[in-house]
Amino acid sequence: MNGAMNRKQRLARIAQAMKERVLVLDGAWGVYLQGRGLDEAGYRGQRFADHGRPLKGNHDILCVTQPKVVREIHDEYLAAGADITSTNTFSSTIIAQADYGLQSIIRELNETAAGLAREACDAVEAKDGRPRLVAGALGPTNKTLSLSPDVNDPARRDATFEEMAEAYKDQVLGLISGGADLLLIETIFDTLNAKAALWGAWEAFDATGEELPLWISGTITDRSGRTLSGQTVEAFWNSVRHAKPWAVGFNCALGPAEMRPFLAELARTADCPVSAYPNAGLPNAMGGYDETPCSMEAHFAEWARGGLVNIIGGCCGTTPEHTEHMVIATEGVAPRGIPSTERRLRLSGLEPFTASA
Amino acid sequence: MTNANANFSSFILVGERTNVTGSAKFRKLIEADDYAGGLAVARQQVEAGANVLDVNMDAALIDGPKAMTRFMNLLSGEPDIARIPLMIDSSKWEVIEAGLRCVQGKAIVNSISMKEGEEAFLAAAKRVKRYGAAVVVMAFDEAGQADRADRKFQICQRAYRLLTDKLDFPPEDIIFDPNVFAVATGIEEHADYGIAFIQATAEIRDKLPYAHVSGGISNVSFAFRGNEPVREAMHSVFLRHAMHAGLDMAIVNAGALPVYDDIDPELRELVEDVILNRRADSTERLLEAAQRYKTGEKKRDTVRDLSWRELPVAKRLEHALVHGLNEFIVQDTEEARLEAERPLHIIEGPLMAGMNVVGDLFGAGKMFLPQVVKSARVMKQAVAHLIPFMEEEKERTGLAGKSNGKILMATVKGDVHDIGKNIVGVVLQCNGYDVIDLGVMVPCERILDTAKKEGVDMIGLSGLITPSLDEMCFVAAEMERTGVNLPLLIGGATTSRTHTAVKIAPNYSGPTLYVTDASRAVPVVQKLLSGDKDGLVADARKDQEEARAAFLAGQDKRPRLPIATARKRAPQLAFDGVVKPSFLGVRAFRDFPLAELVPYIDWTPFFASWELIGRYPLILEDDVVGEAARTLFADAKAMLARMVEEKWVQANGVCGFFPANRDGDDIVLYTDETRSEERARLFTLRQQMEKSGANFALADFIAPAGTPDYVGAFAVTAGLGEDEVAMRFKRSNDDYSAIMVKALADRLAEAFAERLHAKVRRELWGYAADEGLSNEEIIAEKYRGIRPAPGYPAQPDHTEKRTLFELLDAPGNAGMELTEGLAMTPPASVSGLYFAHPKAEYFGVGRIDRDQVEDYAARKGWALKEAERWLAPILAYDPLVRSNAA
Repeated sequence: MNGAMNRKQRLARIAQAMKERVLVLDGAWGVYLQGRGLDEAGYRGQRFADHGRPLKGNHDILCVTQPKVVREIHDEYLAAGADITSTNTFSSTIIAQADYGLQSIIRELNETAAGLAREACDAVEAKDGRPRLVAGALGPTNKTLSLSPDVNDPARRDATFEEMAEAYKDQVLGLISGGADLLLIETIFDTLNAKAALWGAWEAFDATGEELPLWISGTITDRSGRTLSGQTVEAFWNSVRHAKPWAVGFNCALGPAEMRPFLAELARTADCPVSAYPNAGLPNAMGGYDETPCSMEAHFAEWARGGLVNIIGGCCGTTPEHTEHMVIATEGVAPRGIPSTERRLRLSGLEPFTASA
Repeated sequence: MTNANANFSSFILVGERTNVTGSAKFRKLIEADDYAGGLAVARQQVEAGANVLDVNMDAALIDGPKAMTRFMNLLSGEPDIARIPLMIDSSKWEVIEAGLRCVQGKAIVNSISMKEGEEAFLAAAKRVKRYGAAVVVMAFDEAGQADRADRKFQICQRAYRLLTDKLDFPPEDIIFDPNVFAVATGIEEHADYGIAFIQATAEIRDKLPYAHVSGGISNVSFAFRGNEPVREAMHSVFLRHAMHAGLDMAIVNAGALPVYDDIDPELRELVEDVILNRRADSTERLLEAAQRYKTGEKKRDTVRDLSWRELPVAKRLEHALVHGLNEFIVQDTEEARLEAERPLHIIEGPLMAGMNVVGDLFGAGKMFLPQVVKSARVMKQAVAHLIPFMEEEKERTGLAGKSNGKILMATVKGDVHDIGKNIVGVVLQCNGYDVIDLGVMVPCERILDTAKKEGVDMIGLSGLITPSLDEMCFVAAEMERTGVNLPLLIGGATTSRTHTAVKIAPNYSGPTLYVTDASRAVPVVQKLLSGDKDGLVADARKDQEEARAAFLAGQDKRPRLPIATARKRAPQLAFDGVVKPSFLGVRAFRDFPLAELVPYIDWTPFFASWELIGRYPLILEDDVVGEAARTLFADAKAMLARMVEEKWVQANGVCGFFPANRDGDDIVLYTDETRSEERARLFTLRQQMEKSGANFALADFIAPAGTPDYVGAFAVTAGLGEDEVAMRFKRSNDDYSAIMVKALADRLAEAFAERLHAKVRRELWGYAADEGLSNEEIIAEKYRGIRPAPGYPAQPDHTEKRTLFELLDAPGNAGMELTEGLAMTPPASVSGLYFAHPKAEYFGVGRIDRDQVEDYAARKGWALKEAERWLAPILAYDPLVRSNAA
């Protein structure tokens, strides 16, 4: 390859690759960063040494204060074989950063984070010519639009759809200008938050004239098979299908064994690529994660061979070593074929409703 | 009432009562800020069978966006309502958008139109699409609302093209409303309005692919306001014709539509003339006749006799209890409460008096279990109404009610079956006992902790599958060890007098009592809590001594053949006609159509689960239980129709076929036809009794190596969702329906097994492609081949289910799981093997001796103790006695 690929070329080549194999997304960010043992001063860096609130635990700020650390993690995951790396922007909205008093640097946070990821991808692309995607990560925020924060006042909400859509729009504008190739709306525990994220993304597309593929990843919070806001797998899919997502899937909360039945349900239902990046098992008594790179490989290999997935990756508790084993799990396996679905009116409340003709 | 309308199965009913423009009651609630009352209306619509809930807040005194937001937010906190999709209904865009910003699901917007021109229409539609909603488009353009058929269609066609071409709007998400207008108004131009709607509907469905048609049906009868019988008849007739033309959604009052065939034929004809504009004088004729059909003048429902409503309130409560009628119960209870000094007096007075009548009739065999459970539902709903008043009184005065006694009930760890336990619980509750029901899969320590914490008077254990027996022994031993000195009641399908006497009671020095069925539960509990206790316990102990002696005596008299001899006496079958299945490997059947299962239901066990014994359909005509059976059957069929239509449960199944050969008493399954690599091994047990014919093992039905043969396996469930539905009923104090839904799910699962087996024989395996049996013959198992299930007589070892589940990937393919006790979840599930050999037959392994158990343990790689634990119910020896002797 001569010269760097642009976004369009990269996406086209990835689209081709998706017909041939299962893609690999990187692993944990938050939990993995925690393992670096940075202290309060480390999180603050020089720039926020005098900031009025504690910043330890605000992993996203590290894109600005410790760019080297963030870049290193991108490098590790890409070296392990990931096709896609996600930006360290899970909480980079005005809503989530309000806790840290950092609402004023939203644009900068996202632009810097996307830039770091892009540089890391450019470096490996230059070596082997294989395209690598930057997925601009949009977390769920710490508010929920479908649930009341107060049991005595069930109609109350601590944020509105408009506020949340506006917050996401800001984030997306930063991610686009920093060089993200697509947007990953992830860890969706409340589908209405995700709909606000979609709304914000489209407003940002309207404003910039650039339209990025949308990747939607929900979270089934326990074995009941529902999101925190109560939707079943198919109801969730019916609620986000209008976005014509580049891919849809599940991440976080569950380990691969617990996630499998819900993934199988989605794989059967969704007429677009399906992704899954579970945690490394359920948290154990010590708050750690027990699935090893090898034990996860076994799950992923079975999913890949069973035709359940088009993209796999890791969430909390996974490491670049896990990523290496994911790559092994996908070797020589054809990706899930996209099922065609009948044109039917498919509605949903907490449960799906499909018109019969 | 709508259940009987078979046409509704492919029809979307939109509940209309949460609409301030259509329901004065709902409007008043919202205006009075009574949103809880509004939620109750919504819940009632869902319960009446609405598929979608319409919400409209367009009234002069209501702040639309605010009310819509608040109501939508409240709805999301009510899972039993929020499970269905919403229709956000307003003529104001700002109200629609306020609603859309509150719903996580995919809703329907009602409505947008080209009234203000194309630009505004497309702008609104684009936003609807971004919010991820479907949309109702009115046949309304710049020139106004269309009333003629051709203009209705033209507007819809123009809208369709704009939406699909300019916005790429999914055509299946477009619902047209070609305007229902009132007919029979006396104005000549209006006479054709019904026909115009129907014609436009047909043309839309024909020429605009995937689009739907909806309408506000009640508009058509506007001229007959105040005459509900005629209005309802008009709705029913209009719906029928419009549906025939392709109408597939309607906004209706889900509870108030007469069945087309039930309408008085004379009225039906008059209404039909009006709707279809068949005669010039049709309006006059209907107007003239309408007076006669006004409520009261001509009785619409002759079955319904309301004369008991004239009785004094105490008698009305009794009547409601005895007849299981819950329609007026809250109203009557309230009336009685206002008259009474204390709310408790209603319970102790008229309600208990009514329940005593029920109890007497039940005891005398004049009422049967389903009727009693229905009575209990009425009782619970009455008590539920009184509880807040009693609590308020308690806070005020410190007075408390008294209970006859407190009983803890649980289905033991590893088991999920609870129909019988729930019935017993209900019967005890309506006899004034407090029942603490810990549910299913309850670990021992929780049973004992709760018993201590709650200070209960006795513990009742239930279980359906054989491993539960072992768990009951464990609970009894733990009660002994921890010194819980309470009576222990044992019940459930696998339990028995003998097992309780031989295996459970010896573990525990306290009273252990076997309770045969629900009707025995009350007298046993009564005696335990009264002066009769010692007598009852002494009798039970004596009875158990006898049972133990009889068991030991019976044991010795039945010699077992040595396993080597039994094997020599295996049947010698020929394997010359083996048919290869149409595929090898597994195939999943997700979301199997429930309607296809209904004809395969075997109803006899259904009646048995309600303790009505007799063969279906003869039981319906039985002199003694016939009436109870008929009522139960009618309730069951009505609920079944709703279960099927509204998909309360999901039926998933999976089956598979594998190259297989017999190896001794094992069946070896191979990875493929080369038969070189072992995929799995099924273990079978052989009869060891002395008998005239052959001594069977399931392995006998499979050819030995050298002749290619096959074995099949299946796992089906019709219970995905049953627990949620049952819980919903329980929450509304309707145990009758909660038990019913589980009993029906069980029947559907069995029917699914039967249906799939037929498909296997005729197509998938195909060894009986030309089998031509009726459903009755199939239920009577008059076909070739068998499908024995692990845990049943032909293979009593439940652990074989693990192999089966693994082979089929039942969790992934059907959403079924195994508990540690090897019960299948959901409870309404069936699994087993398929044998195709023409001589394959069902048999019981019977008791087996230590030599076979040792051999089986070695084959399965188990320690002898483990084998003895799993096979405990069929051991022909006492493992303790023998091992001491050895």
